Amino acid sequence: MTAPLDPRTAEPQTRFVRKDLPHDSAAKHVAGTATYIDDVVEPVGTLHIAPGWARKSVRGKILRLDLNAVKAYPGVVEVLTAESIRGTNDCSSAFGDDPVLASDEVLFYGQVIFAVVAETRDAARKAAQQAVIEVEPITPIITAEDAVAADITVLPDYQFRRGSPETGMTAAERRLSGVMHIGGQEHFYLEGQIAMAVPQEDGGMFVYSSTQHPTEIQHTVAKVLGVPDALVTAEVRRMGGGFGGKESQANQWASLAALAAQVTCKPCKMRLDRDDDMIMTGKRHDFRVEWEIGHDSAGRIRAVEINFLGRCGYSADLSLGINDRTMFHADSSYFYPDAAIRSRRLKTDTCSNTAFRGFGGPQGMLAAERMIDAIAISLGMDPLEVRKLNFYDGERNLTPYGMPVEEFETLHELIQQLEASSDYWARRDAVRAFNAENAVLKKGLALTPVKFGISFTLKHLNQAGALVHLYTDGSIHLNHGGTEMGQGLYQKVAQVVADEFGVTMDKVRITATNTSKVPNTAPTAASSGTDLNAMAARNAASEIKSRLIAFLCEQHGCGAEAIHFGDNKVLVGDKSFSLGEIAKQAHMARIQMSHAGFYATPGITWDRESATGRPFFYFAYGGACSEVTIDTMTGEMTVDRVDILHDVGHSLNPAIDLGQIEGGFVQGMGWLTTEELVWDEHGRLRTHAPSTYKIPTASDVPEDFRVKLYESRGNPAETIYRSKAVGEPPLMLANSVFCAINDAVASLKPGVVPELNAPATPEAIMSAVHKIKRAPAARHGEPETS
Amino acid sequence: MRDTVRFLKGGEVVELTDVQPTETLLDYLRLRRRETGTKEGCGEGDCGACTVALGRLMDGKVVYQPVNSCIQLLGMIDGAEVVTVEDLRQDERLHPVQQAMVELHGSQCGFCTPGFIMTMFTLYHAEGQEKSRKTVTDWLAGNLCRCTGYRPIVDAALQSCFDAADDAFAWRANETREVLRALMDSRDIYIGNGDSFFASPASIDGLAALYGQHPDATLVAGATDVGLWITKHLSDLPKTIWLGRVNGLDRVEETPTGILIGATATYAASEPAMGRISPDLAELWRRIGSKQVRASGTIGGNIANGSPIGDTPPALIALGAALELQSADDSRTLALEDFFIDYGKQDREPGEFVTGLFVPRPDDNQVFRCYKISKRFDQDISSVMGAFLFTIVDGEIAAARIAYGGMAGTPKRAFAAETGLVGAVLDDPSTWSTGMKALLGDFTPLSDMRASAEYRMETARALLAKALMEASGTDPAQIRVLNTREGSHDRAA
Repeated sequence: MTAPLDPRTAEPQTRFVRKDLPHDSAAKHVAGTATYIDDVVEPVGTLHIAPGWARKSVRGKILRLDLNAVKAYPGVVEVLTAESIRGTNDCSSAFGDDPVLASDEVLFYGQVIFAVVAETRDAARKAAQQAVIEVEPITPIITAEDAVAADITVLPDYQFRRGSPETGMTAAERRLSGVMHIGGQEHFYLEGQIAMAVPQEDGGMFVYSSTQHPTEIQHTVAKVLGVPDALVTAEVRRMGGGFGGKESQANQWASLAALAAQVTCKPCKMRLDRDDDMIMTGKRHDFRVEWEIGHDSAGRIRAVEINFLGRCGYSADLSLGINDRTMFHADSSYFYPDAAIRSRRLKTDTCSNTAFRGFGGPQGMLAAERMIDAIAISLGMDPLEVRKLNFYDGERNLTPYGMPVEEFETLHELIQQLEASSDYWARRDAVRAFNAENAVLKKGLALTPVKFGISFTLKHLNQAGALVHLYTDGSIHLNHGGTEMGQGLYQKVAQVVADEFGVTMDKVRITATNTSKVPNTAPTAASSGTDLNAMAARNAASEIKSRLIAFLCEQHGCGAEAIHFGDNKVLVGDKSFSLGEIAKQAHMARIQMSHAGFYATPGITWDRESATGRPFFYFAYGGACSEVTIDTMTGEMTVDRVDILHDVGHSLNPAIDLGQIEGGFVQGMGWLTTEELVWDEHGRLRTHAPSTYKIPTASDVPEDFRVKLYESRGNPAETIYRSKAVGEPPLMLANSVFCAINDAVASLKPGVVPELNAPATPEAIMSAVHKIKRAPAARHGEPETS
Repeated sequence: MRDTVRFLKGGEVVELTDVQPTETLLDYLRLRRRETGTKEGCGEGDCGACTVALGRLMDGKVVYQPVNSCIQLLGMIDGAEVVTVEDLRQDERLHPVQQAMVELHGSQCGFCTPGFIMTMFTLYHAEGQEKSRKTVTDWLAGNLCRCTGYRPIVDAALQSCFDAADDAFAWRANETREVLRALMDSRDIYIGNGDSFFASPASIDGLAALYGQHPDATLVAGATDVGLWITKHLSDLPKTIWLGRVNGLDRVEETPTGILIGATATYAASEPAMGRISPDLAELWRRIGSKQVRASGTIGGNIANGSPIGDTPPALIALGAALELQSADDSRTLALEDFFIDYGKQDREPGEFVTGLFVPRPDDNQVFRCYKISKRFDQDISSVMGAFLFTIVDGEIAAARIAYGGMAGTPKRAFAAETGLVGAVLDDPSTWSTGMKALLGDFTPLSDMRASAEYRMETARALLAKALMEASGTDPAQIRVLNTREGSHDRAA
C-alpha cells in the first residue's frame, strides 16, 4: 500500500488526500478559539518583559548605561543586562555573532541593550524608557554602496562560473548592461514575535515560542542559560504567520523570556510591540544588482555576468544560504551558456536580514527577468518570445551550478497553456492599441515563469521526524517536527496519516510541535514542510500498521492481502473490527503501537566547496500573466488582471494549495509595489509600523484574478503522493506584475530599456518615466544600454 | 453625575466603576475579561486584528460599526453594545459569516481572522449595501491579512453578508434597542479624582466648564490619534475628557450654502453629505483610514490636534471652510487655513475647543477637484494631497483656491499659483504655464518615508495640471487609474 507510486500509472485509492478539506483550525480561527501564545492562560505570577534600547543611536560604543530609574519604576522586578547571562551571550543560528543583549557596542538601530522584567507589560514598557544611554556615535554603514566602498562583508564572496563569460561576452553580437536596485521586505506576520518561558525543576525550562524552528529555540535557550539541551523544551501549536521571519529571528525573544525566568524563577512572557518588532528583526535582503548580458540578434543569450550585492545587516544570520539561493535562481528558467554569477554578502550597520519566503530566490529571478526584458526591448521583440527562446530545453538544460533541469517539458507546457488561457497575444494587441490612444495612462503586460528549486541547500536540513501513537480506543496521536504557521501543514500531514490508517479525520489528533516529542528537527522552511514531515509521519503510521498486520496474520492465520484498513474499520477476511478493537487486542498481545518515523530526502549531493553536485530534489514550476495601468503623471498604478497557472504536482489538498498560490502571489506583489523600507540618512528605519509600511490590502488584489492548478502528471521525484512543495514558489509569480509595469514604462519610448527599481512605488515609476522621457531615442540597429 | 461606564455585552449590561483614563478596550477584553479571541496586531489601528463591533442607536435603530479596540478607550464604549468574536457563536453553531469563511478557506494562520469576522459582521448588519466586490473591499480595507491574498475572504463576504440579517442580534434587535435606549442618559460621567479622571460631559456647557477647570486635560473625540499617544508614545494622560456624549456636537447639517459638521461627527457620519458636494470628496472620504477609523475618527479631532496625518484639510481649505471654536466664556470663527500655524502648532487657546466646521458648497461656476497620492490606495496617508477650486467666468479662471498637503509642515495654500492662474484660458493650455511655474515658489517640501522632496514637487505640479485638464473637459477616465467620477465628469459653464 505504500509502494512507490509511478506518477504515470493509476492514482492510489485515497479518501482524504487530494480533498479540499478546510484548514485543521478553520473553525477555531473564525470563532476566536484558536490559541496563540499570548492567549495561553498565564501561570499565576507571570512577569512581562520589554526590550530596552538606545532610541537615538545607530552604531557606536556604549559610554554610559544608567538603569537606576528603570529599576526604580513601579512594578519593575528585574532588569537584565549582558551580565545576567550565565551561558553564552549569543542567539545566532550558526555564526556566533548575534548578542542577546549588547554589551560594549550598539551594532544597529534597535539593538536590545537591556530587558525590563515587570509585573505588567505596560510597566515594563514604560520603565524601559527611563534608561539613560550614551553611545559614542560613529558614521554608520547603511547602504550596499556604503558597504562596497568600505569593502566589508559578513561572509566571504562566492561565485558560480561556467565556460568563459568574458570571451562569450566579447563574442556576442550585442551586449547590454545595467544596474538594478531590489528592495527588501518586512514580514509583517500579523502575530508579532512572542515567547513565554516557564521554569521547571532542576533548572529546566519550558518555552512557548512563536517559531518556525523549535529545535533551534531549544538549543539557543540552552546555550544562553548554560544548561544541557535536554533541560529545555520548546513548543509551538501555531504561529500567526511566519514567512521566514520566525526561522532564526524568534531566538532572541525566547532567549530573553527564558533568561528572565531563570533569573526570577517566575514564568516570564515577552511580546514585542509592533514597532519594536519591525525595528529589531531582520527583513528580506535588498540588493544592488549589476548585470551584463551578451546575446545574438535573435534574442538568444550567449553570456551572462551578474554581481549580486546583498545587504545582510550587522550579522551573518542565514545570509549564507539566502545569498546562495539568489545565485541558484539567477537563471530564472533560462539557459546561460557562459556565466559568472557572483555574490557579495555585505555588512551594514542595520538589522540582520533574514529568511523571507523565497529565501533570496526572488531577487535572483527578478534580475533574470530584467535582463530578458532588456533584450526584448532593445531588439523590439515581445518579451515572451525572448523568454521562450531562452527556456531550458532538451539540449540546453544545464544550470550554471551544474544541475540538469530534467522536467523542462513541464515548464514549456505550462507556459504554453497559460499563454493560451490568458489570451496573451490578443491582449498584447489591445494593450498596444490602448497605449496608442492614451497619452497619460499606459498599460503593460507580462507573462513570466517560475522555476524554484526544492530542498534546503544545506544538505543536513533535509530530514524530518514524526511521532505517531495509536491508543487502545483507536484514536491516533500525531506529532512531527514541522510547525504550523497558516500554511496548512498540520492538515495535510493529518490527511496522509488518516488515509494510512484508513480512519476518518476526527480520529487523528493533531498536536503541537514539541522538541521533547520529535528532536533535532529542521526549521519549517524552504517549502519543505509537507515533503519532509508527511513522509516521516507516513513512515511512522505505516510501521505501526505493519505491526498490526503481522499480529493479525498470526491471530487469524491469514496472509496480509486478507487485511484491509478503511472507513474506521479493519477487515480481516470477512470479519470486520473497529480499529479500536484491533488496537486493544494488539495491546493485550504486547505489540508496540507507537513509532518515531523518519525521512531524509534522497539524491541530494550538493557540495558548496566545489560548487558541484545536485542541490535540489526537484523544481516547482509556475507562470503568471499580469496586466497593469500606470499614470505617467503621478506614477500611480493598478493591477488590472492576473492569470496564474501553477504546478503543485498531484495536490494533497487543492484548496490549501490554491491558498498558498494566491497568498504568495499577493505577498510578492506587495514586495514589488507598495512595500517600501526606508532608512533615513542616520540609518534609522523610518517605516516601522503599518501606518508607514504598506502591505497589500483587499482592494489591491485585481478584481480579475484567475488562478488555476496546472494539471500535472505528478511529481517525477518520489515525493509524498507525488505532490510538490508550494510554500515559496508562488511568491515569484509576482515578478509578472513588476515586468508589466516595466513594459508600460517601456511603451513611452520604444527601444529604450527603462530603469525601474523595486519596489515600483508611484515615485519609483515616475523616476523611470522621467528617465526614459529624457533618454535619447534608440537608434535602429544599435544596442541600447540601460 | 455618573461615576460608572455602562455598556451591553453578551446580552448583559455591564457597569464598571474602575475605568482608568487611558485604559483601552482591547486591554479590558484580553486582560480583564480574559476574552482572547480579539487579537492585537499593531496597537495603532492600522491592521484591524483587534476589530470589534459597537452597536449604537442611530435614528432609533441599532447600527453596528467596526472599531479598532486597541485604540478605543474603554470609557468610550459607554452606551454601546460591544460585540466580540466570542459573542457570535450561537449554541455551538457558527455565525453565517464564520461559516462562509470556513467553507471558502478564508483563514490560514488565523490571527487576523477574528478581526475580519467582526468587520464582516458589521457589513452583515449594514443596510442598503450594494452587493459587489467594491463594497466588500471598502469594508475590509482596514483589515490586513498577510496569508490569503484576500480572494477567499472577499468571496466569503460576498456569499454571507448581503442577505437580510438573520442571527441572534437581528432576532433580539428590539430588546437591544430598549436596553441601549435605557443606557443613554444626559448625565455627565466622571470617574476618578481631581488629578486623574475619565470624564464624559453630556452638554457643551458642561464641557466648557470642565475643560475651563482642567485646561491640561486631553480632549478625546474618536481616539484614532490620541490612542497612539497611549499605545505608542506610552504617554500618561491622567485627565481624559471624552467628547462623544456631548449633546449636539455630532451634528451634520446640510444647508443651501454648505455643510455644518460638528466636532464629534465621525468621518462616517459626514461621508454622505460631503459626497453630495463632489464625487472627489466622496472618494477622499472613502480613502481616509478604514471603516474602523472612519467609524471613530472625527474631522474635528483631526483638525484640533493639528495632526500631520490629515488628508481632508487641503480639500476643506480649498473649499473655504471655517472653523468654530468655543471656550467657557467666548466663541469665535476663523478660516481653517489660519488655524494651522506651524507643524504641531495650532491657534487654540487653553480651555478652548473646536465645536464645528462649516464647509461652503461650491457655486455653479466653480469646479472642484482633489487628488490623493499615496503608496497604497486604501488606508494610507498621502505623500501629496492636492485640492483645487477654480471659479470660471467665460472660459477663463477668474479665481483659484488651491491647497496642498504633504508639501509643508501644515496644509497650505498655493497663493502664487492661485494668482498666476487668474486669467488662464481653459481651452488654451499655454496660458496655464504662469500658474504652473508659480507653484514652484509656493513650497519647499521635505523628503521623508512617504516621498522625496523632488517627487512631491513634481507631483504637485502634475496634480494642478490634472485639475486644469479636467476643468477644461478632459474625461477623468483618460487621466486617472482609479476613476471614481464615472458619468459625472463635468465642465464648468
